[in-house]
Amino acid sequence: MAERSFAKEVQKLRMGAGETFHGEGILAITKALLENGVGYVGGYQGAPISHLMDVLADAQDILGELGVHFEASASEATAAAMLAASVHYPIRGAVTFKSTVGTNVASDALANLASGGVTGGALVIVGEDYGEGSSIMQERSHAFAMKSQIWLLDPRPNLPSIVESVRHGFELSEASNTPVMMQVRIRGCHVHGRFTASDNKRPGMSVRDALENPRRDTNRIVLPPASFLHEQEKINKRLPQAMDYIRKNNVNEFFGPDEAKVGIVLQGGMYNAVLRALQRIGLADIYGETKVPLYVLNCVYPLLNDEFLDFCAGKDAVLVVEEGQPDYIEQAFGSMLYKAGGTTKLIGKGPFPMAGEYTGQVMLDGIRTFLDEHGGGILPSKGRAPNTPLPTDSIQQLQTKVPMRPPGFCTGCPERPIFAATKLVEQELGKHHIASDIGCHLFSINAPFELGATTMGYGLGPASASAFNDKNAERRSISFVGDGGFWHNGLTSSVGNAVFNRNDGVIVIVDNYYSAATGGQDVLSSRADNRSKSTKHPIAKAVKGMGVEWVRQIDRTYDVGKLKATLKEALTTEESGPKVIIASSECMLNRQRREKPLKQAALKAGERVVRPRFGVDEDVCTGDHACMRLSGCPSLSVKQLDDPLRDDPVASIDQSCVGCGNCGEVADAAVLCPSFYRADLIQNPTSVDRFADRLRRKVIGWLKNRRERSRLVFAEN
Amino acid sequence: MTIHRLPDLPTDGVDATTSIIKIAILAVGGQGGGVLTDWVIDLAEHAGYRAQSTSVAGVAQRTGATIYYVEMTPDGGRDPVFSLSPAPGDVDILIAAELMEAGRAVMRGFVTPDRTTLIASAHRVLAVSEKIVPGDGRADAPGVTEAVAAAAHRLVCFDMEQVAVDAGSVISSSLFGALAGSGALPFEREAYEATIRRSGRGVEASLRAFNAACDLALAGGKTPAVAVPEAVKAEARDPEGPEALVSEWRALRSMVGDLPAPVQDMAGRGLRKVVDYQDLAYGRDYLDHLKKVIAIDDAAHEWRLSIEAAKYIANALVYDDIIRVADLKTRASREARLRREQGIGGDAIAHVTEYFHPRMQEICGTLPVRLGRWIESSPRVFGALDKVFNRGRRIRTDGIVGFGMLYGIATLKPARRRLLRHEVEMKHMAQWLETALSVRDINYDLAVEVLKCRRLIKGYSDTHERGLSKYRRVMDGLPMIRHREDAADWLRRLREAALLDEEGKALDGALKTIETL
Repeated sequence: MAERSFAKEVQKLRMGAGETFHGEGILAITKALLENGVGYVGGYQGAPISHLMDVLADAQDILGELGVHFEASASEATAAAMLAASVHYPIRGAVTFKSTVGTNVASDALANLASGGVTGGALVIVGEDYGEGSSIMQERSHAFAMKSQIWLLDPRPNLPSIVESVRHGFELSEASNTPVMMQVRIRGCHVHGRFTASDNKRPGMSVRDALENPRRDTNRIVLPPASFLHEQEKINKRLPQAMDYIRKNNVNEFFGPDEAKVGIVLQGGMYNAVLRALQRIGLADIYGETKVPLYVLNCVYPLLNDEFLDFCAGKDAVLVVEEGQPDYIEQAFGSMLYKAGGTTKLIGKGPFPMAGEYTGQVMLDGIRTFLDEHGGGILPSKGRAPNTPLPTDSIQQLQTKVPMRPPGFCTGCPERPIFAATKLVEQELGKHHIASDIGCHLFSINAPFELGATTMGYGLGPASASAFNDKNAERRSISFVGDGGFWHNGLTSSVGNAVFNRNDGVIVIVDNYYSAATGGQDVLSSRADNRSKSTKHPIAKAVKGMGVEWVRQIDRTYDVGKLKATLKEALTTEESGPKVIIASSECMLNRQRREKPLKQAALKAGERVVRPRFGVDEDVCTGDHACMRLSGCPSLSVKQLDDPLRDDPVASIDQSCVGCGNCGEVADAAVLCPSFYRADLIQNPTSVDRFADRLRRKVIGWLKNRRERSRLVFAEN
Repeated sequence: MTIHRLPDLPTDGVDATTSIIKIAILAVGGQGGGVLTDWVIDLAEHAGYRAQSTSVAGVAQRTGATIYYVEMTPDGGRDPVFSLSPAPGDVDILIAAELMEAGRAVMRGFVTPDRTTLIASAHRVLAVSEKIVPGDGRADAPGVTEAVAAAAHRLVCFDMEQVAVDAGSVISSSLFGALAGSGALPFEREAYEATIRRSGRGVEASLRAFNAACDLALAGGKTPAVAVPEAVKAEARDPEGPEALVSEWRALRSMVGDLPAPVQDMAGRGLRKVVDYQDLAYGRDYLDHLKKVIAIDDAAHEWRLSIEAAKYIANALVYDDIIRVADLKTRASREARLRREQGIGGDAIAHVTEYFHPRMQEICGTLPVRLGRWIESSPRVFGALDKVFNRGRRIRTDGIVGFGMLYGIATLKPARRRLLRHEVEMKHMAQWLETALSVRDINYDLAVEVLKCRRLIKGYSDTHERGLSKYRRVMDGLPMIRHREDAADWLRRLREAALLDEEGKALDGALKTIETL
């Protein structure tokens, strides 16, 4: 079950022609797929398109009614390979994943798909994870389109444009027998807006029709001599067809006056940001009427020579607004202009930085600089004035005071004790080379754990420690991989590789029952019943099947002592070959979401329910905070006591504590102070509970009274 | 898109977006920033506005800083082109769900004195980096409040988390209330309430928090003064107990009145702590130690040495041992506090588990001096016993057996002075006092700083040992600086460095520096 439920929102997907659809960008994309008669959909979750996968999963009934097949693919490569269904059959297919990391994984299949070409429209929706809020290396998907001759759409970030772009995507793909990528940026995915819906369309040919009437064509398979023909076909046939479609269907848009000394060419995704800059310097109104001509590239690959050169005609200078690097578009335009003997000045990187996001400020500065230098007086005098001065004194004052707040493990996260145990083992056995992977567990690199030296890709944690395979070394490497990464790629690339190459390192598989970092989607080893997926396939079985001899399954990660002992054993045992520890406990976010309603129902029904929560005895705590250096839990914080005898703030646990047990376990395993306690509130107690409680109160009360009668008892502060 | 109207462009150079209200919301993951954003959109759309929201939700639920952005403008029948992200110097309303996030917003330029109404909750959600410092790593909240106030056009700042908790709701409701009360949006209070009602979940609690926060914002963020009856401070009250002991306490307490006035407050607290820890005789010892310091102190130095001595001698006498923990955990007051803090009623059944991990060192400390010494001096015996005793113990103090065990340990209290740990602690205290007093005539301020170094020693087991070793290393630095005029300053720096990190890296650096002096 995913973290966020779209069960209510997906009902909007049933809307018919003329109705106004309100919602998030990703929901609009889903609706557009249905309106365009898509036959099958797949993908792999990951921000910013995680919710697109969740929407599709929650919309399975609606998809089913329309005869659309949906699949949560095992990886982006699987998703891309799924598009093979559109090679011979006129079925429209769409897949989605995070980019560029997902596109990296998918690129093998994408390249093969692009070589042979497609019959049915094949659309790859990539969530361009670039700029603020991104969790990956800063690269562009653009290069994938260019290298494989896949067309790349980059629609303006509003719902009508995105919906329109999906239609163009399918039609362009069919018109040119080429797969099409559509990129949506982080904020575009999450923008709330509206568009006018059309009726949903059943696919012209369903996957069932295709299965029952198989076709083949050797010429579409990537093997010589066809592969050589494919290259010729891409350039001589499909590319002109694509350009033709883009031109005839006005995929790219023009705004503003026909005649002007300057103009701006921009990626569709940059439209709102460019407009805002023009609005702020008084060259556009809030509805987008602009004094500066704009050439908006809703398709950024391929580019149309004639369209661009026409736009340049009569202009002294043209600014290219292209976010990120390298500046592929600017280079292409430069080449076009040069070859055509054009005299228009081409400006882009220069006023704009080569690297980094085009934020509001960067955009304003870049456009203002361009207009100031080349605008021939179009820039209003006020627009030339500097911005509102920022409160520099305050900013300087704050620079040293405001702490960073990197993301970390949630309250009660079952991964926290794994890293607490690792830190404790390192305190005994010394530092080790630790390889990290992608997933929530990568938060281990931050304080308070600061464990992990590299992250090389999803499921590649152990693979990235494969060089550290020296039988004479006195220490072993430790590598982490999550259950998500394990099933995505880790089983073969990491575990299989370690077995095959006789790596002695320690592999910790962090199993939290979900693909948790992307929003709690199920994976093969999830413990939940899933209506449409096969779950409950133990990781241990897979690992053993791969040939690992030394496997330890730990079913409660909160047992820090046991984890510590197991890790120590793995690091010191004489046995050769990889040592695999599977540390399993359910993701606390998802567990709370799952258990809360059950507990409430049980409470209402009068059943016995225990509410565990931790606390700290403030008079026992001495304020060293050693416990926090093994935790970092949001519910464990510090507070200042109203006592001048005490210097340092003491530990304190707030009401958000879920009673996971890490605090107590760590206090024990690390031999910390005895200030932690767990208080279990027994709700709806049984008669046995009540009897025992009465007896205990009587005896303990008597003892307490007895002592307090003979000593001085001071009131608490 | 075909446009039939003639472009109605702004006049030369005027910012066309002045009719757009721009709102940025900065929150910590899990604070309900998404809910608040949806409310603002709902509010705007029902008031005849066109609105757009975006967010960066990548790791929103995972405790990181997260940002939502809303733009709205009166509905002109066409779709405006809104921006998808806030720009520095171009934000009308900034809502920060935590104080440091308000600071971050100012740093990013989203708060400017010419236009931004800053609505910030004054409460703190501490970052990990603030919590893991062995000393006090908390950021300077008053400094941040001052800086954000200077940066904002208007500031509405109070503890909105507390308002929400008091109303049984979450902070999104009180932030929404503060937004309404700020008057920064052109909507009536009733419109906000209608939005909350439309949301349909936890409406009553949300409205309570909303209204409380709205009223507070209208009142300028100040909590209305509630007349609290002047309670007698706990530390001024006499303890309860047998008549003989109480009158003896009064006699002892009255001796504090004979001390120099500036020392009395701290000495009174110290005495109370020490007597509570052991007995009245221990309290007399405390005052005797203190008087020795007072004897060489004077009013010209404002009795600073004595005040620090009153504080740290008490702390040194009240060392943390198993007996103390057992005593504290078996008190009636402890159970009352636990129930209060955990929201467990007096009649409700609570099972309480304590986490103990005594090592053999702690056990030895609780033995008579000679026996303890003998075990410590024999690695074989020590090792064998360590195997038996050194392990984690979960003790149920609501149960008769568990409680009885701790209660039994606490009965060792009268014997404490004869135990090994006491001897060690007293020896250590004597050395520390001796060191401080020995430099008093050379450098008064340095003597004060030496006393303050006692702060480094805290905790149990490993933590205690680490603290002790840091204390020693700081004190080892003393001979290198003691004859310098600025010795006190250097010792303070050493101590502060020692409190910065666990391993003492900062301290090593500071020690290296003084070697080069």
